[in-house]
Amino acid sequence: MSALSFAELCERVHARWPAVEAKRSDNGQPFLLVPATELVALVQWLRSDRELRFDALSDLTGYDLMKYPATPPSDAIAVVYVLFSYVQKHKLMLRVLAPRAACVVPSVSFLWPAALYFEREVWDLLGVHFDGHPTLLRIMTPQDWVGHPLRKDYIYPSEYHGVPHLREGQHFEHVPQREGDAVKAAPTAPAAPAKGAPPA
Amino acid sequence: MTDDPMMNALPGSTKQKAGNQLDEQIHLTAVDEFLAWGKENSLFYLLFATACCGIELMQAGGPRYDLDRLGMIPRATPRQSDLMIIAGTITHKMAERVRLIYQQMTEPRWVVSMGSCANSGGPFSKWSYSVLNGIDKYIPVDIYIPGCPPRPEALIDGVYALRERVRRYRTLGVRETVPHIVASADAAFGCHFGKGGSKQPEEPKA
Repeated sequence: MSALSFAELCERVHARWPAVEAKRSDNGQPFLLVPATELVALVQWLRSDRELRFDALSDLTGYDLMKYPATPPSDAIAVVYVLFSYVQKHKLMLRVLAPRAACVVPSVSFLWPAALYFEREVWDLLGVHFDGHPTLLRIMTPQDWVGHPLRKDYIYPSEYHGVPHLREGQHFEHVPQREGDAVKAAPTAPAAPAKGAPPA
Repeated sequence: MTDDPMMNALPGSTKQKAGNQLDEQIHLTAVDEFLAWGKENSLFYLLFATACCGIELMQAGGPRYDLDRLGMIPRATPRQSDLMIIAGTITHKMAERVRLIYQQMTEPRWVVSMGSCANSGGPFSKWSYSVLNGIDKYIPVDIYIPGCPPRPEALIDGVYALRERVRRYRTLGVRETVPHIVASADAAFGCHFGKGGSKQPEEPKA
C-alpha cells in the first residue's frame, strides 16, 4: 500500500461525501472544504478506513477570512485541519468555514487528543467554539481577557486590570478595522482610558 | 593594618596605626555603611528572564563577563534574591506573575529593567494587544537599561549604577525612589569602560 495522491484521496472522499469540495488555496495547496455538519462523520471515516488510516492530526489552526484578498468577501472564520497517516505516509488538508456570528464547529478531540490544545488555542485567538470539547478554556491570554485577538475586527484593549495599555504619547498603529468603516477607537473600558488612545 | 584590599575599601573605616596587635583586627565604621557595603557586594539576582534579553543576561553571568566577580550570584528563588532583572518582554498576563515574584522578595529589594521591552514595550508598543508597555506600571524600577537587547557591558554598566544606589541605601533611613537611566550611547555601544571609545558620538563643534 502506497501513499495516495490528493486526487486519489478526493475520489474516495467524493464517493461517500458528495458535498465535500476540492479546492486550491492561493499558493496552490489543495484542500477539501468540508461542511461543518459532516465533519465528524468524515474524520471518523478518514481515521478508520483501512486505505486512508489518518492516525495523526499534524495541525489544527484557523484564520479570519475577512479582507482576505483572493477570497470572495466572507464573514466566516476558517478552521484548518492537517491530517497525516504514519501508516500510509500521505496527508490531507481539510477546511471548515464557521460563520462569524454563530461560530460553532464540532470538536475532534475525541478522535485525536492532540486537538485538545489546538482547539483551545483557536477558541482563544479566533473565538471558534468547539462543540464537545471537555475543557474549552483560553490557553494564551488570561481567562478574563475580552475578545479574540486574531479576529480582524478585534478592538485593542485600552487597559487590563486597571493598568493602562499604552504609555503617555503612545498610540496603536494599524488598528484593525473593516474596510470602509471609520476607525473604531472606542475604548473597551470607559473607566480608565489610555492617555495615548488612538484618535477617533 | 591589614593588606586585604576589601577591608581597606570599607567606607569610612578608620585606619589604625601599626604596632598594636589588637588594632590590626579592628575596623571602625558606621553600622549603616557597613550593612550597605555588604549589600553592595552581594547582590544576588533572581534567575528570571522572559525573552532574548535573557540570553544577554546569561552571557553576563558566564565566564567572559562574569557577574560573579561583583558578588552577583543567581538565585533560583525570590526569597533569597536582592535584585530582580526584568530581562525581556512582559505581557499583561506575565506582569501579574512578575508582581507576585517581586512581592515574595525580601526587603531591601531592587529592580533593573533591562531592554526596550521591559522599559516601554519596545518593538511591540504600537502593534501588540498583549504586551505591557513598561514593567514600571506594575513594580517600581531602580535602573533602566536601554538596548534591544543591551549588551552584557550595558547590563554591567547598569549594575554599577545600581551599586551606587545600594551604597547610598540606609537601613534606618529612606531609600531613593527616583529611577536612574543608563546613558543610551554608552549602553548601546558598550564603550562605557574608559572614555574616548571609537564609537563614542562626537560632540558637534560650535
